[in-house]
Amino acid sequence: MTDRAFAVVRAGALTTVQDEGRPGHAHLGVPRSGALDRPAAALVNRLVGNPAGAAVLETTLNGCALRPRCDVTVAVGGAPCRVTVDGRAVAWGTPVRVPAGALLEVGPAVSGVRGYVALGGGVAVEPVLGSRSTDLLSGLGPPPLTDGAVLPLGAAPVAPARVDTVPQPGPPRELILRVTPGPRTDWFTATALRTLTTRAYRVSSASNRIGLRTDGPPLERAVSGELPSEGMVLGAIQVPPDGRPVVFLADHPTTGGYPVVGVVRERDLAAAAQAVPGTVVRFVGVGGWPGARGG
Amino acid sequence: MSTRPTAPAPAPAASPPLPAPTPRPVPTTNVLPMKVLPMGERALLVELADGSAAAALHAELLRRRAAGDLVVREIVPAARTVLLDGLEGPDGPDTPLRLAARLPTWEIPPLPARADDVLEIPVRYEGPDLADVAALWGVPVRDVARIHSAAEFRVAFCGFAPGFGYLTGLGGVPDVPRRATPRTAVPAGSVGLAGPYTGVYPRSSPGGWQLIGSTDAVLWDHARVPAALLSPGARVRFVPEGR
Repeated sequence: MTDRAFAVVRAGALTTVQDEGRPGHAHLGVPRSGALDRPAAALVNRLVGNPAGAAVLETTLNGCALRPRCDVTVAVGGAPCRVTVDGRAVAWGTPVRVPAGALLEVGPAVSGVRGYVALGGGVAVEPVLGSRSTDLLSGLGPPPLTDGAVLPLGAAPVAPARVDTVPQPGPPRELILRVTPGPRTDWFTATALRTLTTRAYRVSSASNRIGLRTDGPPLERAVSGELPSEGMVLGAIQVPPDGRPVVFLADHPTTGGYPVVGVVRERDLAAAAQAVPGTVVRFVGVGGWPGARGG
Repeated sequence: MSTRPTAPAPAPAASPPLPAPTPRPVPTTNVLPMKVLPMGERALLVELADGSAAAALHAELLRRRAAGDLVVREIVPAARTVLLDGLEGPDGPDTPLRLAARLPTWEIPPLPARADDVLEIPVRYEGPDLADVAALWGVPVRDVARIHSAAEFRVAFCGFAPGFGYLTGLGGVPDVPRRATPRTAVPAGSVGLAGPYTGVYPRSSPGGWQLIGSTDAVLWDHARVPAALLSPGARVRFVPEGR
């Protein structure tokens, strides 16, 4: 009888356990968390026959290396990278059988930022408020992976993967983020609203799971007062005093005191998770954005 | 859990019941002025005149959700807003657009001034900023505990960390500014003041609130149900320990 678990040989820069997060607790100050590139995480789960809500590993830029203690089917997706089993190259984005004791190496991202590693049965750490996600803002969920750690796996899925390989979108050369107005669009000058949607911003290296930070022309406020704390949503573009927009990602705080100029459409956020620092960001006003046509 | 007194027995048939039943469905006195702001494709941010109006709307939203009259994933009150997030897609009963039209017509009862269920939190009033707070309030140091423990608080909202509540209810004393330099580590259980709020740190973290005391109460335990000791709307009293 083999042990349904895997050992972490090389944790990488930042590898966390992620699933669909823990929505429904924002009123207690609990961020939603969960995989940043949701479609990529769902896809690798599907490839190994896991349910969509199974926990996967989310790597950051330089991959990770694992040694399963049982035979297990794995699939690597998200940011494209070289994948090897005991040194032999295997296919990325495809279910791969890894024998017990073999070394699975997920290489550095060739492009993009976040890789997703699904293992048959899912990572079976103890859930917290219904989720196994690591939340880097509040510290809920398991800690990021460390070298030598051993993590449990769930029971192998009964249903085998029905797809062998599927196309995955490449990481964006230019990040297009569609923005709907509100709730505090009117706290900014008309010039600032034009600046946001016409000038190029770049992904800042200070970005993380909490927010995609940008470098670019600062947004000038029309209202200078202090905003009492209010609820925040995924994709909210918060503008701190330095005027540089921050797009809230999965680990965002549940309340905040800086005005939100607009909200990025949820389906554009997967690409935001894969945009490397320096990527050009274009915010496109939709849904009645002041001065924008159509929607 | 009921926070309302039971209805009085009906008056004898001879005399009309008092007060006269409110004619339905015309809302009159309790329609709250509110601004309903869009916030992405699935959310609305409702802005009210003040914190007590936000609390009244919050209570009404919880009632309606419990009654199945509202489908929404998150109801997040804050200083003077309530966020509704995770509203239905275009085919559901509560699209942001439809709910935005419905909300301002609701008749919303004001919150009862006092509650039946008041959570008591024991406090040792020995915080490092006690003297500063006393000076700001212009009272002897020992009176800080007396004033603070005499108030009935309400959890206006949570944020900052899981289980960290922003409690209002301290009246008649000046708001306390945050410390000019935040502490790098505030111990778990510290009771602090900032602005109009009182808060208790659920775990050790950096913090800029003025600390007046500490408690052994466990504010957050994710293995407990419920995990948070304080949730929005809860009524709280701080009780000096050892008395």
